[in-house]
Amino acid sequence: MQHLEVTAKKIRRHIIEMIGTANSGHPGGSLSATEIVTSLYFDVMNIDPENPADPKRDRFVLSKGHAAPVLYAALAEKGFFPVEELKTLRQINSRLQGHPAKHKLPGIESSTGSLGQGISTAVGMALAGKLDQSDYRVFCLLGDGEIQEGQVWEAAMAAAHYKLSNLVAIVDNNGLQIDGSISDVMSPNPIDKKWASFGWEVITVDGHDFKQIIDALNKGKSTDKPLLILAKTTKGKCISFMENLADWHGKAPSAEQVQCALEELK
Amino acid sequence: MSILNFKFLNGVKVLTEIKKMATRDAYGNALVELGKEHEDIVVLDADLSKSTKTNTFAKEFPERFFDMGIAEQNMMGVAAGLAAAGKVPFASSFAIFATGRAYEQIRNSICYSKLNVKVAATHAGLTVGEDGATHQALEDIALMRAIPNMTVLVPADGVEALQAVKAAYELNGPVYIRLGRPKVDAVFTEDYEFKIGKAAYLRKGKDVTLIGTGFMTSEALKAADILAAEGIDAEVINISTIKPLDEETIIESATKTRCMVTAEEHNIIGGLGSAVAETLVSHCPVPMERVGVNDTFGESGKPADLMQKYGLTAKDIADAAKKVLARK
Ligand SMILES: Cc1ncc(C[n+]2csc(CCOP(=O)(O)OP(=O)(O)O)c2C)c(N)n1
Ligand SMILES: [Mg+2]
Repeated sequence: MQHLEVTAKKIRRHIIEMIGTANSGHPGGSLSATEIVTSLYFDVMNIDPENPADPKRDRFVLSKGHAAPVLYAALAEKGFFPVEELKTLRQINSRLQGHPAKHKLPGIESSTGSLGQGISTAVGMALAGKLDQSDYRVFCLLGDGEIQEGQVWEAAMAAAHYKLSNLVAIVDNNGLQIDGSISDVMSPNPIDKKWASFGWEVITVDGHDFKQIIDALNKGKSTDKPLLILAKTTKGKCISFMENLADWHGKAPSAEQVQCALEELK
Repeated sequence: MSILNFKFLNGVKVLTEIKKMATRDAYGNALVELGKEHEDIVVLDADLSKSTKTNTFAKEFPERFFDMGIAEQNMMGVAAGLAAAGKVPFASSFAIFATGRAYEQIRNSICYSKLNVKVAATHAGLTVGEDGATHQALEDIALMRAIPNMTVLVPADGVEALQAVKAAYELNGPVYIRLGRPKVDAVFTEDYEFKIGKAAYLRKGKDVTLIGTGFMTSEALKAADILAAEGIDAEVINISTIKPLDEETIIESATKTRCMVTAEEHNIIGGLGSAVAETLVSHCPVPMERVGVNDTFGESGKPADLMQKYGLTAKDIADAAKKVLARK
């Protein structure tokens, strides 16, 4: 687990620096998903940056596309493109679009940013895997506000119907969306019971605990249902002045705040 | 009749005040004014109330504001129901989600039965900026104007946006109001009177007609200055009602100048340019050029850089004018 802690810290530093440099972007939901994305890219997923189009690779779809910085940082650290390029986030002519663009950057499996759409694409990939009798797995990360979209539940129904045991969806349950807490804005609770009643295997974990996350991700292999991991997280995790504040959903830190944040990530 | 919206100071034509304001801010202000006057107005949003500015209404009238969560399709359907039960709902999100995700709810649940729903969408066009292509609606005018019963409004500045929102309330039927994210130059003075379906002459000229919509109208005015310096006398018209279109004014101007340029922050397919071309081809065929996004997706970047890269500046309009003049 030691190397994962180290990598997660690097990723968090990238997130802060990238968004600070771009002077726009979404820190809160990138920081809440850092351990989840780190577990996938640096432990669980079978992927090779030298061969990003390998038909047998595992797939990751970032359905909550606004958390692009955490994905870009992981891809760069994994070697899909130079770490240097992270600086170009959100700038004109950059491959690092504000929301992930599949046709622009190696390692991006699906163009997302319109909430609710990524999970359906993930269902399609898992369905194709079954059809081809290939044993790759598909992982999809959703926001807990995002699951208010009806499309998410259409996809959930389809995944269970087609017994997509090669599909794992993870809900980043940080409790916040833009307009406030999810329970104040439009409660999706109880999230675990809803997915279970849609026919999914459900495991709840501490979304900042590598062991719990990785055990759950690996457990998916032994069921005949799609797996939903409800990851309890903190929005803005590890940056004291960002934690648990809806205001840090889509706001860039100032140069001074970047320095403070990096201090906390030493 | 058409209005010239400039004041004269010592014989020099000037705008009384160059005030920069985002049309979405004007929307928020208009909602509060409407809320004070009318009990029946209700406002819905889909988790973007800080950005769409419906939060100003939410603060004043919390009991008449409904955050529907990140669920735009349901929001439009609920707005239809509220309208059917006698309310006047304004439903807001970013233009891409309001008109894209919820397109068919707008078509079938709202417009088919001519329900009194106002779809007020912000963050239209490339000027969304850094969020990139997924968030930059460049086809919303096309989608909305193709639906029967829909009225389509694209205000040029804050002054016009405020009045357009109020006029939308007064009209009984579905209205789409396209609003922007950035602060834009004022085109109109406070004494301007907006009327649905009425174009406005901003500058009279005889050589070429420049028609703008949204903040591209202010770019068209700058283009007219560029052209004037080269001895070309351009007429500038603002068309903020894309539907129903003010065909009379378009034909009147085309008959005089015999060539036209349209300018919009939208795909050149299906928007203002298409609407004007449809009118000209039936009534007064003259050479025409369309300035807009050339059938491509946008990308992340600063709004000003994007306008440059995708050809939406005053210079692009002036170049198009010279091109169309050569075809006259
Ligand atoms: C269809 C759609 N509607 C609205 C938005 C605007 N938006 C971007 S992020 C966001 C809130 C997301 O909240 P959540 O899913 O909880 O994400 P997290 O807290 O993990 O950042 C909204 C409403 C969008 N991107 N897509
Ligand atoms: Mg959340």
